Amino acid sequence: MRHLTSRAVLAAVLALGVAGAAFAQDAVPPDEKPVDPYVPSNANAAAAPRADARVFEAFHGKAGLTRIAAGLVDRSIVDPRIKDIFATTDVPRLKRTLAEQFCFVLGGGCDYTGRDMASVHKDMGVTDKDFNALVENLQAAMAVEGVPFFAQNQLLAKLAPMQRKVVAR
Amino acid sequence: MKLPVATALAWALITPLAITGASAAELQTGGKLLLTGGVSALEGGAGGGLATWGVIAGNETRDGIGGKVHATFIDVSDYTLRAYGGAVGFHDRVELSATRQDFDTGPTGAKLGLGKGFTFKQTILGAKLRVLGDAVYDQDRWLPQVAIGAQYKTNDQGDIVHAVGGQHDSGVDYYVAATKLLLNQSLVLSGAVRATKANQTGLLGFGGDKSDRYKAQFEGSAGVLLSKRLVVGGEYRSKPSNLGFAKEDDWMDLFAAYAINKTVSVTAAYVDLGDIATFRNQRGLYVSLQAGF
Repeated sequence: MRHLTSRAVLAAVLALGVAGAAFAQDAVPPDEKPVDPYVPSNANAAAAPRADARVFEAFHGKAGLTRIAAGLVDRSIVDPRIKDIFATTDVPRLKRTLAEQFCFVLGGGCDYTGRDMASVHKDMGVTDKDFNALVENLQAAMAVEGVPFFAQNQLLAKLAPMQRKVVAR
Repeated sequence: MKLPVATALAWALITPLAITGASAAELQTGGKLLLTGGVSALEGGAGGGLATWGVIAGNETRDGIGGKVHATFIDVSDYTLRAYGGAVGFHDRVELSATRQDFDTGPTGAKLGLGKGFTFKQTILGAKLRVLGDAVYDQDRWLPQVAIGAQYKTNDQGDIVHAVGGQHDSGVDYYVAATKLLLNQSLVLSGAVRATKANQTGLLGFGGDKSDRYKAQFEGSAGVLLSKRLVVGGEYRSKPSNLGFAKEDDWMDLFAAYAINKTVSVTAAYVDLGDIATFRNQRGLYVSLQAGF
């Protein structure tokens, strides 16, 4: 047992030192790239969840939010205004974590496993204009999903304060 | 004391550029979400229509510069009012505006002894500074976006203004405006307190035979967001009544503001301006067309 532990530590040190790969996380989903270690927490979602699931249902549940997150990312990575920001982004991971974040803040009972808003956007140089471009892409994705406008705004109400953490000062 | 609108607009355009100096080349344009800069208020700055708001005109974010021009037409029972002008927003922080208002008495002018088509003209130069909060992003706080501002107004009919009891043909309004988007409720709320001596917002001069002191007045708007392009709501604006010859009423309206795209928006409203210069129940249509960047 002791032998195994020391081997695991050695492997971790090698993995971190040589490849900079993740170790603390659960297994990396097959279509995603490894990430630097961090402590997953729902606090990383940067907003308290809604108390009732009424709005979550207006988004057609987790399946709807998964489609919306995918639609948002697909639009943004080809959007001339902001596509450069996503040049090195792990697209499948971003779609998954965004769907989790939306699901969590709408009270859908999901756990958010992504990183916190400040560190994930650090050094990206995101501007208000970029942030708003993403909001517009999200509005378009929500419209395609058929989410009523009032419910759309209830998700935006949860996301809007994240501007303070996402946009570079 | 007349200041041509062209000069005023040039002043409004040049001043922020002069302030920026070397950094002007880095200024972005655009980036604001649809309608989050409000529409053009009657007095030229960003607002709801009759009421001035705490938001800054133009589509710019804090990284840039924006602006808006407007043409506004009000047709009530016995008068018409035409207003046109522009506003420049700088870093979503400072707003400078210039507007010209023509208050046309039309056939009513003859009944008032002024002559048919007698027109009061007023030029309004406004400056607004955002001091606190963010109307859009601060959805987790009750704090609204707060701005302070001043409007210098000068009326070109000093003789008539004095003849009806007005004390001055120019004046300055000072205000504090607070505006909040409540995304969770799809509402926009705005309120402002204005210290003013203006009679009918200055169209009939400033101060009067009854009172020549600044009085605090309230103006507010409440609107429902029906889509990202459309807001409908109502406004209320209280006014002093300084002139002995005719009482002055508060104003109110029911409005719809529609953003055709990021450049062009239209406001249409039903306005009730109450009694104006002894003519009662001035109600009618308000239409404003705006173009901005």
